[in-house]
Amino acid sequence: MSASALSPAVAARIRRYSPPRRYLPVAAAIALLIGIFGAGSLRYQGFADPQVILNLFVDNAFLLVLGLGMTFVILAGGIDLSVGSVVALSTMIAASTLESGWPVAATVVAVLVSGTLLGTLMGLVIHYFDVQPFIATLAGMFLARGLCYLISVESIPIRDPGLTRFAQGTVPLPGGYHVTPSVVVALVVFAIGAWVLHLTRFGRTVYAVGGSESSAHLMGLRVALVKVGVYTISGLCSALAGLLFAAYTLSGYSLHAVGMELDAIAAVVIGGTLLTGGRGLVLGTMVGVLLLGTIQTFISFDGTLSSWWTKISIGALLLIFVVVQRLLTRRQT
Amino acid sequence: MRDLVRRPLFWPTLALVLLLALNTAVTPSFLSVRIQDGHLYGSLIDILRNGAPVLLVALGMTLVIATRGIDLSVGAVAAISGAVACVYIAGSSQQAATSTLLTAVAMAVGVCVLLGLWNGLLVSVIGIQPIIATLVLMTAGRGLAMLITDGQITTVVSPGFKVIGAGFVATLPVAILIALAVFALTAVLARRTALGLLIESVGINPEASRLAGIHARTITWTVYVFSAFCAGVAGLMIASNTSAADANNAGLWIELDAILAVVIGGTSLAGGKFSLTGTLIGAMFIQTLATTIPTIGIPAEANYLFKAVVVIVVCLLQSPKARAALRSRRPRRATPTVRTETA
Repeated sequence: MSASALSPAVAARIRRYSPPRRYLPVAAAIALLIGIFGAGSLRYQGFADPQVILNLFVDNAFLLVLGLGMTFVILAGGIDLSVGSVVALSTMIAASTLESGWPVAATVVAVLVSGTLLGTLMGLVIHYFDVQPFIATLAGMFLARGLCYLISVESIPIRDPGLTRFAQGTVPLPGGYHVTPSVVVALVVFAIGAWVLHLTRFGRTVYAVGGSESSAHLMGLRVALVKVGVYTISGLCSALAGLLFAAYTLSGYSLHAVGMELDAIAAVVIGGTLLTGGRGLVLGTMVGVLLLGTIQTFISFDGTLSSWWTKISIGALLLIFVVVQRLLTRRQT
Repeated sequence: MRDLVRRPLFWPTLALVLLLALNTAVTPSFLSVRIQDGHLYGSLIDILRNGAPVLLVALGMTLVIATRGIDLSVGAVAAISGAVACVYIAGSSQQAATSTLLTAVAMAVGVCVLLGLWNGLLVSVIGIQPIIATLVLMTAGRGLAMLITDGQITTVVSPGFKVIGAGFVATLPVAILIALAVFALTAVLARRTALGLLIESVGINPEASRLAGIHARTITWTVYVFSAFCAGVAGLMIASNTSAADANNAGLWIELDAILAVVIGGTSLAGGKFSLTGTLIGAMFIQTLATTIPTIGIPAEANYLFKAVVVIVVCLLQSPKARAALRSRRPRRATPTVRTETA
């Protein structure tokens, strides 16, 4: 017998082995993240500093939370265009209630409840009246922006000592590095989101509904609960992201977060979640957010590139990943 | 009476008339149109003139939506169009010359047609969902416009360029004439030839249309080019109105206004059916609404709120389930539905 003493069956299996296709887009995104980061650290001094990596989280904590909510919606086969406006509305509610002397806890509850309610409303309209998610959340987007302007047209500063302490506080890490409390909040929420999506019955139903709503219905799964639920979760996440954003900017303004829904969608797509629903990982969204952040860091380290290159490169990345997704799904069918 | 109510354009027209009546009640001079310096003046003319860009974009959007697609990139395309024209005029040695103006307009429209070809390629050949394919250009487009204008608000001094958005010909604003000309041309092409029918059949079922011998791919591609062309002309109007290209704000959210106009006009987002006259009424409704809100003493910025209410009401009126619920007044069990892909 020769050295290849493996039985033919095992040898064939090894030859035929390829990583599960559903992990390919995430793997590609991670590879790209490492690649861009590697290129940056070779080109610019101080790029590879761990604090730069930590700052990716600090500057994008709200986007992580936003992307988490969007992941739920997209996995269930929908889309949520209202998230940017809900972030703005949350900063406005937070700033105006704090200004009129509410305790921080009451403000937080008010913001979270209003965001969640808005999300639930959109979910109800989408599920029970068959309005397309795109249009229903477009209405939600207009509604939230309009409410912002009703509260105030001007920017409102946040001077509340409690929230300021939260915003300016640091969480020291070994080695002299630090992150902000926002990062801790975002990571905890992210972990809860990952647990719900990957390890609970609700999460599995989200995947099933995204894969095929009619099949899920015929299987007796609770389609209505999931379809309304994902928009509720997205609303809650947007409101929480709004609070983090308010802490980040220490102000409430109706023009905050214009176009942020695109960043969130881009992060989810780049992270390998299929836009038609049913396939994707929460981890991918985190990779997507970090990738967007790394591009921004890259551009700010390189003084010669203007900031609008960020938008162009995000668009280009989005395109590449969408085309890759398309090719992968086409081969399967 | 019953037949009248059942007509597809009855509700949008009624809404527009009610809105106009409300305005007239608040400002009695609202409907009066007078001639001043040989130009027509009045609130109605202003509404038409300011509504021209939205109407143009909405026309392109109507055909795209009729093929069951959507074009989110129109705002970015409008910004790019204005940027190209203004940067060319500003860089030319003779800013006011007619040849400069014509070249600038041709370049801007040419670039937009290219962008439309790009969108059409992604949708019809590569087969990406329209909302995502055009999202790419929506995200990257404003960056491109910034790149063209180098991040500045590029201002131009060109009387000829000013005419496109703010000029008058034979007492009528040029912007209205351009928009109406494109409207008439589209209406003739779509309704006096088989083109409209073909577009609708592609919207109902591209595969079946292809098997029936329709060049479904070409038609899909063409509507995206047309949409980008319309957005380009609208972008020229917007830039011309201020004699400046503002890459960040030109055409901001115009895609949403256009979609809203199309939906109000009775065109279903599920594709397969469109009404150009409905879009015209829808665009005018949106513009009238934007004029009404400050008139009745609400901050102009709050018009987003009203638009949201309009979207919801229109969608609920269009939704068969909501209608059924209204009719029977009895809660019904949700029936399993086939998921649409245009989500």
